[in-house]
Amino acid sequence: MSGRIVHIAANTFREAVRDRVLYNLIAFALLMSGAAILVGQISIGIEHLVVINLGLTAVSLFGVVIAIFIGIGLVSKEIDKRTLYTVLSRPVQRWEFIVGKFFGLAGTLVVNTFFMALGVFAALFYVSRHFRAVDGWILVALYFIILQFVIITALALLFSSFSSPLLSAVFAFALFVIGTFSEDLRGFAGLTHGFTRWLATGAAYLVPNFSALNVISSVAHEQPVSGQLIWSNTAYALVYASMALCGAVLIFEHRNLK
Amino acid sequence: MTAIDILGLEKTYSVGFWRKQPKCALRPLHLSVEEGEIFGFLGPNGAGKTTTLKMLMGLVYPTAGSARILGMEINDPRMKAQIGFLPEQPYFYDYLTAGELLDYYGQLSGVASKERSRKVREVLERVGLADVIRVQLRKFSKGMLQRVGIAQAILHDPRIVFFDEPMSGLDPMGRREVRDLMEQLKHEGKTVFFSTHILSDAEALCDRVAIIHLGELRSVGAVVDLTSSIEGHVELIWHGNKVPAAMNALGAECHVTGDTVRAVLLEGNQEAAMEALRREQLRIISLIPVRTSLEEYFVRKLQPSKAAAGVMR
Repeated sequence: MSGRIVHIAANTFREAVRDRVLYNLIAFALLMSGAAILVGQISIGIEHLVVINLGLTAVSLFGVVIAIFIGIGLVSKEIDKRTLYTVLSRPVQRWEFIVGKFFGLAGTLVVNTFFMALGVFAALFYVSRHFRAVDGWILVALYFIILQFVIITALALLFSSFSSPLLSAVFAFALFVIGTFSEDLRGFAGLTHGFTRWLATGAAYLVPNFSALNVISSVAHEQPVSGQLIWSNTAYALVYASMALCGAVLIFEHRNLK
Repeated sequence: MTAIDILGLEKTYSVGFWRKQPKCALRPLHLSVEEGEIFGFLGPNGAGKTTTLKMLMGLVYPTAGSARILGMEINDPRMKAQIGFLPEQPYFYDYLTAGELLDYYGQLSGVASKERSRKVREVLERVGLADVIRVQLRKFSKGMLQRVGIAQAILHDPRIVFFDEPMSGLDPMGRREVRDLMEQLKHEGKTVFFSTHILSDAEALCDRVAIIHLGELRSVGAVVDLTSSIEGHVELIWHGNKVPAAMNALGAECHVTGDTVRAVLLEGNQEAAMEALRREQLRIISLIPVRTSLEEYFVRKLQPSKAAAGVMR
């Protein structure tokens, strides 16, 4: 990775931190402590399951919201405020700028997820008073959540490279929702015929398959995750995010910064 | 050696709902700037100065034509390492301190980490901001941001510096300091290319100027050569409400206000006018230049050209 990409990524991370993005952790901590205390009082025998489900879903939603709302402004904000002019008039290629921004935000989300994961484990310990070997699968679920963030960040950057922040947010959030139900979309495609089948199948493969990346429920039920799924999900997320990033670079390379 | 060589650079935007209506921002521009020159790019607002600078910086792509800076293409990273750019009304990452911002730009320009902190301190001292190195940019005034902008443009010791309206937002002292800085850069052998619509700055600083209007180059050359046939105007004010007959013969535009008379006349007629006032025993209050010869020349060059009248509507 070129040094310039690292510097741009580090600056993006610093911007997010100083923009008080990580303040969401306070809200998350309050949510987790409240949930742990409440669940401990009202659930009998399923505290463990409820805390994992609630905790990991909250990690996913908090991260997606951050990825979308920071990601959509990463490029457009720099153009609006003209900070980009003093960056691109240096020996910085446009693709390096996009890739640097991507890694900066992805890094922010990883750090954010790390602290939220600590919160989930703390809540889990509060209700169970001990950890078991199967709790290790929570780490795989968290890894899949990070892969979701990687895809969402790349998509937000893609939309941000040609659209207004508001439209970018709408597009990215719509893709997140559709992608979460992509398995249902594939099921629907299988039931249809002719042009509708062709259209539904195309849409099902085009939207990100977040269904496959969601193993929260099975992990909460102490079911293991296969090694093959880990590999295929990793490859899928990397390819999908790379393609979205390539699209963002292609659009941005040809854009006049008026 | 030629520092900047612009070969027919042209920009037309597509406007309108269907983007089918062409709008010419810059007609084919041919211009050369020699190394070591202070070159003024003059024109009123909307003349095409910023568009030209953005094309040279690779921020906007030309519709036609090309340009070479230090003999290299405008998107060559080797060339970009040797230039500095101050955009018009710069805005920076306001969550960074002045020191952090310059350190970041130093990293992007490839300044070695050992030298970076020294260069950051030096350049902030040079623009008079050494004592606010640890202050976040969100607390900076417009004038201070302009100084930071100048600092980031010269931080990496570039051979050519491009300034877009460098005096914008500065108080008279600040403008004076920037003028001094530009002269220092020239003494260091650097080329300075700056756009402005403040003609007194250009007249005081530039070896050569180009005048652009409605996207069209109207004139280029040394200030002395361009204005050799142009005479400036002076404003003469005297006490009383009497206008000597000689004033009309001298072509003075006279306005009586209360018990003072204000006359604007050609610089060459000022001695004769003052003599006429002395003869009539009128007390002179002031005599000040109102339009320098460059301003006069500039105003004449902004008259619509045939090409502009035909296409720029």
